[in-house]
Amino acid sequence: MRIAVCAKQIPDPATPYELDPETHFVVRPEEQVLDDTDRYGIEVALQLAEAAEGTVTLFSMGPAGSMQGIRQALAMGADKAVVIDDEGLRGSGALTTARVLAAAIEKEGFDLVIAGTESTDGYTGIVPQQIAELLDVPALTFARAFSHDDGKLRIERQTEVGYDVVETEPPALMTVTSGVVEPRYPTFKGIMQAKQKPVEQITAAELGIEETGSVAAGQAITAVSPVPSREAGLKIEDDGEGFAEIVKMLEERKVI
Amino acid sequence: MAIWVFSSEVEGAPSPTSLELLTKARSLDTDVAAVYLGTSIEEAATVLGAHGAATVYHLSPAGALPAAGAAGALAELASAESPRAILFGMGPDDRDVAGRFSARTGTAVVANAIDIRLDGDTLIASNEILGGTVRVDTEVADRPGIVIARPKAFTAEPGDGAAATVTPVAMEDGRGTVLESHVEQSEGPDLTKADVVVSGGRGLGGADKFELIDKVAGLLGGAVGATRAVVDSGWVPYSHQIGQTGKTVKPSVYIAAGISGAMQHVVGMKDSGTIIAINKDPEAPIFGIADLGIVGDVNTVLPKLIEALEAR
Ligand SMILES: Cc1cc2nc3c(=O)[nH]c(=O)nc-3n(C[C@H](O)[C@H](O)[C@H](O)COP(=O)(O)OP(=O)(O)OC[C@H]3O[C@@H](n4cnc5c(N)ncnc54)[C@H](O)[C@@H]3O)c2cc1C
Ligand SMILES: Nc1ncnc2c1ncn2[C@@H]1O[C@H](COP(=O)(O)O)[C@@H](O)[C@H]1O
Repeated sequence: MRIAVCAKQIPDPATPYELDPETHFVVRPEEQVLDDTDRYGIEVALQLAEAAEGTVTLFSMGPAGSMQGIRQALAMGADKAVVIDDEGLRGSGALTTARVLAAAIEKEGFDLVIAGTESTDGYTGIVPQQIAELLDVPALTFARAFSHDDGKLRIERQTEVGYDVVETEPPALMTVTSGVVEPRYPTFKGIMQAKQKPVEQITAAELGIEETGSVAAGQAITAVSPVPSREAGLKIEDDGEGFAEIVKMLEERKVI
Repeated sequence: MAIWVFSSEVEGAPSPTSLELLTKARSLDTDVAAVYLGTSIEEAATVLGAHGAATVYHLSPAGALPAAGAAGALAELASAESPRAILFGMGPDDRDVAGRFSARTGTAVVANAIDIRLDGDTLIASNEILGGTVRVDTEVADRPGIVIARPKAFTAEPGDGAAATVTPVAMEDGRGTVLESHVEQSEGPDLTKADVVVSGGRGLGGADKFELIDKVAGLLGGAVGATRAVVDSGWVPYSHQIGQTGKTVKPSVYIAAGISGAMQHVVGMKDSGTIIAINKDPEAPIFGIADLGIVGDVNTVLPKLIEALEAR
């Protein structure tokens, strides 16, 4: 089984993001990390590949930088990576991102595509569904558990009130939630091996995609402004009577 | 220049967000229609009509994975009827259909919208990025403009509209099967409607300690919320999750116990009337938005609170 995993490199969420005042794009540092959300997809892919003698190829669009995030993903055990880095892709919306990823995945060949449900920095939460449509395959979305036997892929799909059990046959796409598996940590050996693994770097034009960036977006940003944040109120150290302050406030708010 | 609202079925009725969106849509335009993906169409037509839809286009899922078929049918319909915009909520079916529709028709999407307006003929959608710290207004040139809105961005109010006229729309079978559907019952009041929400985070220390949250919520007649960390650990089902990838709540009082206040959690509760936080770390970000912050151990504060409430 050829498994394609969408994995994004993002600026470290622990450091505050900066917006370029001119373009309104997030300033991307040289050193980026693997989006934590994608570790789940990679783990699912590795488990499926281990069971079915498959291969795991990562697909990532965005500034390649030092490739630290990609190496993290390879260190977990993925076989290779395809990185689409193109100046013309700066400021791409979800649809352009999906077009680029779908084209790269199609070029490589696949049986199953795995993605996260939403990225940590962009969180539009629709790139995978767009990819599924572009590749013309069914999508098993929001998986919180999965199994694969008799050539059938089955998941528990998280819904607003519970879950559905849904199933399809590859070729297909699947999105995974963070509850689905416990991602493995790279081993020392994995980290050493990752340095030797193939990373192919290509441009959008090489995929036959000409219209990129905000040109292709069909929308334009007209205003950007800071959101006023809530003010902090009273903060007290619990001396054993902290609960009484809560009771007082509940009384004031007429909850009790 | 119609505005359409996509409505998925949640427990046999139109999703709450779709009613919020219809209410918004009818303030923008006199020509409003709904697209309903579900089976209980008669009841839905009444509710959707009351909230502003004159017509409801009905897509019937029939036990298959519906998104691909629904997106295809919707694309044909939109090309024939040329709506100005199609508004979606953030439910799983909403996102599946919106994503596929967008890719199929080559139209861009504004996600996480908290406001939608028309400036003459121009559709403008606003969303918050970078964890809700920056607001971005986007002019949507594509037609139909696709907007995915956050729950509770607007308030649902039924008007005096009659039941919507139902127009069945044929759709292709999905290439996948829905084998079973499960509802994970949560006891007590509905999280998104409750006036008080008591939420627990990883700071509680274990699944068994979640009982403390249940107790406080019970005593206050409130609903139980949780962080993703707690849901991922399997302490409570996903239906309790609050935040970016969970529910959005706006109760009068929100109590956060053992919750750090990560931005992905905060976007789902920051508009609560009063926020009370208990955390042993004085630097926890949750204190930055709390009206009352107790720096202390949940395992001592909550039992005492329970005792005090029980004594009343
Ligand atoms: C794409 C994406 C989407 C996400 N969506 C969501 C979402 O929808 N909802 C959500 O909640 N999260 C979401 N998250 C996760 C989020 O980033 C945080 O990881 C999560 O909210 C943390 O949960 P927590 O506060 O329970 O745990 P932690 O961050 O581990 O915090 C536990 C807190 O408890 C305190 N504590 C520990 N012991 C005690 C004690 N004895 N007494 C008092 N306090 C104590 C600690 O000081 C700490 O502040 C998302 C993340 C990503 C990347
Ligand atoms: N630039 C990208 N490169 C690789 N994968 C991506 C990219 N953008 C989105 N994805 C995948 O799509 C999922 C949802 O992303 P989003 O739609 O941005 O919220 C992510 O969890 C990734 O798996």
